[in-house]
Amino acid sequence: MIKHLLDITDLNPDGIQRILETAANLQPEGGAIRKYPALRNKTVVNLFYESSTRTRTSFELAAKRLSADVVNFAVSGSSVDKGESLKDTAQTIMAMGVDAIVIRHKASGAPHRLAQWVDAHVINAGDGMHQHPTQALLDLFTIRQHFPSFEGLRVAIVGDVTHSRVARSDVQALTMMGADVTLVGPPTLLPPQAEHWGVATTADLDAVLPKADVVYLLRMQLERQQAGFVPSLREYSRLWGLDSARAAMLKDDALVMHPGPMNRGVEISAEVAELPRSMIIDQVTNGIKVRMALLYLMLGTPGEVAANG
Amino acid sequence: MAETLLIAGGRVVDPAAARDAVLDVRIERGRVAEIGPGLAPGGARVIDAAGCVVAPGFVDLHTHLREPGREDAETIESGSRAAALGGFTAISAMANTDPVADSAGIVEQVWNLGRAAGLCDVHPVGAITAGLRGESLAEIGEMANSAAKVTFFSDDGRCVGDAALMRRALEYARAFDAVVANHAEEAALADGWSMNEGDVSALLGMRGLPAEAEEIIVARDIMLARLTGGRLHVPHVSTAGTVDLIRAAKARGIPVTAEVTPHHLTLTEDAVRSFDPVYKVAPPLRTKPDVEALRDALADGTIDCVATDHAPHTRESKDVEFDAAPCGMLGLETALSIVLTDTALDVSTMVERMSVAPARIRRLAGQGGPIAEGAAANLIVFDPAATWTVEPNALASKSRNTPFAGRELKGKVLWTIYRGRVVVAEGRISNGER
Repeated sequence: MIKHLLDITDLNPDGIQRILETAANLQPEGGAIRKYPALRNKTVVNLFYESSTRTRTSFELAAKRLSADVVNFAVSGSSVDKGESLKDTAQTIMAMGVDAIVIRHKASGAPHRLAQWVDAHVINAGDGMHQHPTQALLDLFTIRQHFPSFEGLRVAIVGDVTHSRVARSDVQALTMMGADVTLVGPPTLLPPQAEHWGVATTADLDAVLPKADVVYLLRMQLERQQAGFVPSLREYSRLWGLDSARAAMLKDDALVMHPGPMNRGVEISAEVAELPRSMIIDQVTNGIKVRMALLYLMLGTPGEVAANG
Repeated sequence: MAETLLIAGGRVVDPAAARDAVLDVRIERGRVAEIGPGLAPGGARVIDAAGCVVAPGFVDLHTHLREPGREDAETIESGSRAAALGGFTAISAMANTDPVADSAGIVEQVWNLGRAAGLCDVHPVGAITAGLRGESLAEIGEMANSAAKVTFFSDDGRCVGDAALMRRALEYARAFDAVVANHAEEAALADGWSMNEGDVSALLGMRGLPAEAEEIIVARDIMLARLTGGRLHVPHVSTAGTVDLIRAAKARGIPVTAEVTPHHLTLTEDAVRSFDPVYKVAPPLRTKPDVEALRDALADGTIDCVATDHAPHTRESKDVEFDAAPCGMLGLETALSIVLTDTALDVSTMVERMSVAPARIRRLAGQGGPIAEGAAANLIVFDPAATWTVEPNALASKSRNTPFAGRELKGKVLWTIYRGRVVVAEGRISNGER
């Protein structure tokens, strides 16, 4: 297995399949939550420079269900607030003896820098607008629960692609697995260079919806309106939001996904978020499973998973 | 006291005199005394230049020496050492120090510290606007009339965004035959950028600076130069579009000159994929087509000269996330080698672009040749074929932020003679005596 997970492209399709299969084996669907001794005596540090409830909690639960010791290095109130650099913080944490660092940081590439400075495994839990590889893994896992293959699957990713690390990781993961990805949104929020990503781009959501197998809505932040990317969130919602009328255009088996947290009434209406086709809660559940699989495969002893499950 | 020197058997490349021949050069009392074949040594110290090029010392229009204010990154003395080792006999200390070089007192301090270091001419660059604030003109006349005789002005690092203020600067500078160099970066398109805007920034999720942010300002400034007749200099040209603008302006006879850095002649945005802040620089590293356009423009003279934009930064300031790092790269000690290794310029054109042209732009007497009897002896001897490997810890600069660490480069300065004194001997700083 890889030493670090910094970009989703650190994995190849086989590596991704292995993680998805391991995730399914560790926590079979419908079964009770299982705890494993696999990472006993291993220490995982959550180093979050950006506030995040769901991702940090998800990593924490994943590590604990593998019996690892988990430390949340609270950035607020620590010496980071006193101006300590990422490098010094990293070396301080290493001196305490840890096996893996899960990092979230506002700067693109911060996990890559960290990986050069420490011996521990580094897992990127979101860096700037760059990557969020475990989100891509849990999204693939969720899609895989409903479709037999990614090959030719039509996925529409809708909204603020430019500022989205989720979109970058998902585009790379989905295209790597053979899916057919279309980016939909206002041209101010789609990178012009996305035409080189092996995806289609369009501003016309209504043209895309009837053919889509998966509609993936990105979070639309108020600050994008404030920075002038769109005239108003109301207009955004009318043109690119998924409401009941638009959802009715979807194929029967099409899924609706969202990385959370949602802005109900902006990129997604409350009714659509609660439809059976909405995978938003499943994504949260699956996040713990794929993070368990990742931690296990990166930190664990090969063979033990078979014994356990 | 300067000793008598005989530089023997070198290929004298002196574009200002249209000379390129194997000749000897005798130096006495700080000046070129005689030039010709087979000069007798007499009692002179003989410098064997066989196989080497003898050229007028290089002139840098763009050097950050960080003193006063950030002496932990560089001092005028350490920067002068780096310059001498790189073959420069005149450098231009940028104004963005702390305090800013926007008054006669500060530029005279820089000038005097340069004289005290005594390794090359250190010509201060004056700020265009008071405090680099872009609000009102700095006392350009006071600086021009000071002991430092400043004739080159720049708010480098910051763009003079106000078109009326830039117009006034170009007009006012005419009274002192001074050059105004504007860091071309339209602020409205430059919000929080870390690198070039393009395929790599889109992939890395970094805020990019579009080429147009530079080109819009250069286009505007060219129009203002046409309006005012003021002498405009475009620093660190980084895009193919800027090259087109300058080419068109020169064809129309507008008074504009331009420089390109060694790093923009060889590195591209792809280097940023490493997330190593050593590759963070303003303007940002661009694309391969830009690099090719810059090389062509330097070769055909659209871009007049090479300038290093030597920008030292302390290790701790670069040992951070890419977004958090300051912009800038070292340049003085690698400039010659990068141009020789990575561009197709012949030696004579290279000397023209690194010595003659920048001396002409700043109207520096005694720099840039010609190597003629009676001229100030600011000369270098370099081996164009010698190879060396860039070792950051071996650099004379106080900082280590070279983007060329570990690269094997061609071309090495062996001797630098500044005002008739040997300041670099066999590639090492010399105290001037044997």
